[in-house]
This record gives sequence, C-alpha cells and structure tokens, in this order.
Amino acid sequence: MARLGGVGAGAEVRGTPVAPELSPLARDRLAYRRSRARRSTLVAFASTVVFAGAVGVGVVSSPGWPRVRDTFFDIHVAWSSLPPVLAGLWLNIRVLVVAEIGILVLGLLIAVLRTLRGPVFLPVRALATGYVDLFRGLPLLIALYLIGFGVPALRLSGVPTDTAVLGTITLILVYSAYVAEVFRAGIESVHPSQRAAARSLGLSHRQSMRLVVLPQAVRRVLPPLLNDFVALQKDVGLISVLGAVDAIRAAQIEAARTFNFTPYLVAALLFVLLAIPTGRVADAVAARAARRQGAS
Amino acid sequence: MSPVLEVRGLVRRYGTTTVLDGVDLTVEEHRVVTLIGSSGSGKSTLLRCVDLLEEVDDGQILLDGVDVSDPRADVAAAQRRMAIVFQAFNLFPHMTAVQNVSLAPRVVHHVPAAEADERAHELLRRVGLERFAGAYPDRLSGGQQQRVAIARALAVQPRLLLLDEITSALDPELVGEVLAIVRELADGGITILMATHEMGFAKQVSDQVCFLDAGRVLESGPPGQVLGDPVHDRTRQFLARVIAAGRLV
Ligand SMILES: Nc1ncnc2c1ncn2[C@@H]1O[C@H](COP(=O)(O)OP(=O)(O)OP(=O)(O)O)[C@@H](O)[C@H]1O
Ligand SMILES: [Mg+2]
Repeated sequence: MARLGGVGAGAEVRGTPVAPELSPLARDRLAYRRSRARRSTLVAFASTVVFAGAVGVGVVSSPGWPRVRDTFFDIHVAWSSLPPVLAGLWLNIRVLVVAEIGILVLGLLIAVLRTLRGPVFLPVRALATGYVDLFRGLPLLIALYLIGFGVPALRLSGVPTDTAVLGTITLILVYSAYVAEVFRAGIESVHPSQRAAARSLGLSHRQSMRLVVLPQAVRRVLPPLLNDFVALQKDVGLISVLGAVDAIRAAQIEAARTFNFTPYLVAALLFVLLAIPTGRVADAVAARAARRQGAS
Repeated sequence: MSPVLEVRGLVRRYGTTTVLDGVDLTVEEHRVVTLIGSSGSGKSTLLRCVDLLEEVDDGQILLDGVDVSDPRADVAAAQRRMAIVFQAFNLFPHMTAVQNVSLAPRVVHHVPAAEADERAHELLRRVGLERFAGAYPDRLSGGQQQRVAIARALAVQPRLLLLDEITSALDPELVGEVLAIVRELADGGITILMATHEMGFAKQVSDQVCFLDAGRVLESGPPGQVLGDPVHDRTRQFLARVIAAGRLV
C-alpha cells in the first residue's frame, strides 16, 4: 500500500510552527525593517497632526464659528441630552438585532426559493423574483411611510400598530431583498461539480443544499453581508420618521427643547461608535476570505 | 445471475453533437472494466451517464438487471448503490477529510455518527491518510485529496465503483500512490468501471478493456489482446500515439 511521502506539512496542519534561530544577516534585515516601520509610523503621525491642525484652524477662524460652536458644540446641552439619546439608542439596538435576524432568515429563504428548479416551483420562483424586484427598487423612506402609516390605517385587529415594530418589519422586508441577492450570488458561485459530487453520494437536493452548497456559499458572502449589516446600523435610525422614540427622535426632541443642535451631534457620535466594531469585524473577515482565496 | 452493470445502445447528445452513439457494455461482478480512448471520446460522459448524473437520450442502463435509466426509476436509490471518483476530486472544501468520508454514511445511510466516524477513520487508514483525518482539502496534496475521494466513495460500500481518470490531474510522482490503492481494491474483489490514460495500469488491473471511439465501443476484450494486438486500425493508431507519449509501460 502506498504510504504518504515525507511531506513535512503533516506536522504543521494544526500546531504553530516553531520560530527558527535567526542568522546575523536575517537579524540585521529585521532590525532595518523595524526602524523603517518606526519611521513610517512617525511620519504618518506627524502628517495627521498637521492636517488636523490645519482643518481645525480653518474651521475655528471662519466668521460663523462662534455661532456654530454655541449651537452644535454646547457641552452642557450635550451632557443633558445624553441620557434620553442613549435611551433612544437602546431602541435602535434592539430593532437592529431583531431586524438583522429577520433579514438573514428571510433573505436566505428567498434566495433558496429562487434557485429551485422544475415546473412545480414556478409560482414560488416568480413570487420570490417579484419580491426582490419590488423591495430592491422601493426607497426605504417610502416603504416606511407606506407600511408605518398605511397598515395601522387599515384598523385590522391583530396587526401591530407600534411604530417600532412596524419600522422593524419594513427594514426586514426591504433589506431581505438585497440580502437574498447576496446569498443567491453565493449559491451560484459554488461550482456545479460540488452538487454532482453530493448527488452521486446519494444526498437529496435538500441535503446537498443544506450540507454542501449553503455552507460554502455563506462563507463566501460573509464580507458583503457584514457590509449590509453596517448599512443597516444607521438605517435603523430612519424609524424615527414614524415617531418611534429612537436616538434620532430623542435628539430631535432635545434639540427642540434646548433650541440647540448639539443633541444631533451626540446621536451622530453614538451611531459612529456603534458602527466602528462592525466595520473592523467586516474588514477582518474580508481579509481572511482574501487570504483563503489566495491560499487555495 | 445478471451482471452488475449492463449498458445497451446508450446515446447521449449535447445539442447537435452526439457524444455517445450507441454504447454497449457489460460489467460482471468482481470484474474491472477499463475504458480507453482519446480525449473527447466520451469516457467521462459515459461514466456520468451510468452514475445518473446526466440524462440519456436513448438506450438503457441496467443495474443488477433493473433499468435505472427509465424516468420512472428511483434515481436516488440507484445512485446510493454506485459511487464515482472524479477527475478533479471534488472534495467538499468546508469539511475535513474525515467529515468528507463520513457524510454520506451519516445522512444518506443513517449510520450513527460515532460509528460512521470510526469507519471513516478506518477507510482513511486504508488509503494511508489517518494522520490527515482532521485536515481540510486545501491542506492536502493532489494525491492525498484523490485518496480521500476514493475513501469517500468506498464509505457508501458501493456495488459498483466508477473511477474517472482519477490520476490525470496528478503529478507523475503522485500517480503511483493512487493506483496502488485501486489495485488493492481490484484484488479485494470490488466491481470497477474506470476510465484511464494509464495503459500500463489498465493492462495490470483490468479484466476487460474497451476502446471508445466516435461514441461507440469499437473494440473490447482482455487487456493483452486489445492493448497488445488490436483488431482495428483506429485502436492501433490510438495506442501508437499513447506509446509515443510514453504512457504504455
Ligand atoms: N456539458 C457539455 N456540454 C456540451 N458538450 C459537452 C459537455 N460535456 C462534454 N461535452 C463534449 O462531449 C465530448 C466528450 O467529453 P468527455 O468529457 O466525455 O470526454 P473524455 O473522453 O472524458 O475526454 P478526456 O479524456 O479529455 O477526459 C467532448 O467533445 C466534449 O466537448
Ligand atoms: Mg474525461
């Protein structure tokens, strides 16, 4: 029986390789590279300070600055508006989590429905396609008005009238259309030979989809999915147009109460802070995906 | 008793080109039948048709005497009794070697997970890869991937094993390790229908060699006769080209 050759890769399949002893040449090169890296960091730091300083001086020396400072950067207003805006942000976060889960489930479902073959599924396929066409083209703001104000106006019993709930439903409906297309692209990017291999092993269509195609598809579309998630993070603020007291609505109320725009800045800052971790995760996932592509 | 596989007058067309033009073929139990023929002669197409991965335009495929090419036949049930190893391995990249091997026994044949896992390890040991059970396909060499693919095919205990040029994507030094396993399987009595360009190997393991030309089996018989003393000019020309390419050992 054939044995594997002396392939060293075996030992490294799991564990981390041991760092080898460095030669003087390698040490010298490493030291040089480090000093270069330090220099680049310094240059980057200095240029950032100079640039920020120039912008700062430009803004502060503009004729309207004193007024802008008082209406946008009032520290007392910022402090007093923080609790209500934070309370509003908590609503945004809850909407975000529920909407994201709904979007992933509905998006995946629609994507899978669109890939079904055979005449039996024609109506299902047509419905899924129509859904994507409709909600991908509909501006989110209009969808919010139509669902947020239209549905309660029907006065049907059992239908939710809470504005946050209606806003969440709208976000799910609209974003699912995008996410379904992302999933579908992923499904179609899996080579047909994978399906053939699964079928030849006797797996049913559903088993092939669930165990072979979808895991590969989802891995591939993770970076664009995270990108859509970042976009959703700020679009949850749009539910404020329905009157739901989220961070933006709370800021609006505070601004009206204090005759000052600072609460908007507070809300903006909080949204940006919320988006930063997701953005970093998205970058890391994209980088990992790129590395894997390069490796295989 | 009926043969494991009987192909009668098989026709397969792609658009206007007829790739298989009335193929007749019989594979008896415990036999190794080898398909040879130039590139594009339809070897892969024939194997894919037999495995019911492609529909046939005419003719019949009988598995243990049952016509499985009939549209009313249970395709999944027939596929469960065959296994194919592809030219390009087609391992599932998101699963480790052992998961690749145990998948079908678990989800198709409902073998309990622990037992399927144990049998998968046993099969990997058989192809010399127990050390790589936890490795993902992209960490394996071509030869190692192809051996996992063979283990995966064997895991479903197929009545008929189909091998499609399983060494043609491999570097010459990796060919030996894969062929050694096939030889062992053949000695073990498993029924095999395979396509290959390795004439030396075909000569060693086959009970019967079929030369495929223009969508038909032009010539078939014992390997010594077909490869050593062919009847048809076309076969002679093909073998001469193969010898010129250094593939006939
Ligand atoms: N899906 C397809 N659509 C159209 N034509 C196809 C398709 N698959 C195969 N063919 C054609 O069928 C013919 C036979 O292909 P096949 O892959 O069976 O050849 P082969 O004998 O396996 O060749 P090789 O030795 O190169 O693997 C070729 O001419 C090929 O172009
Ligand atoms: Mg081929």
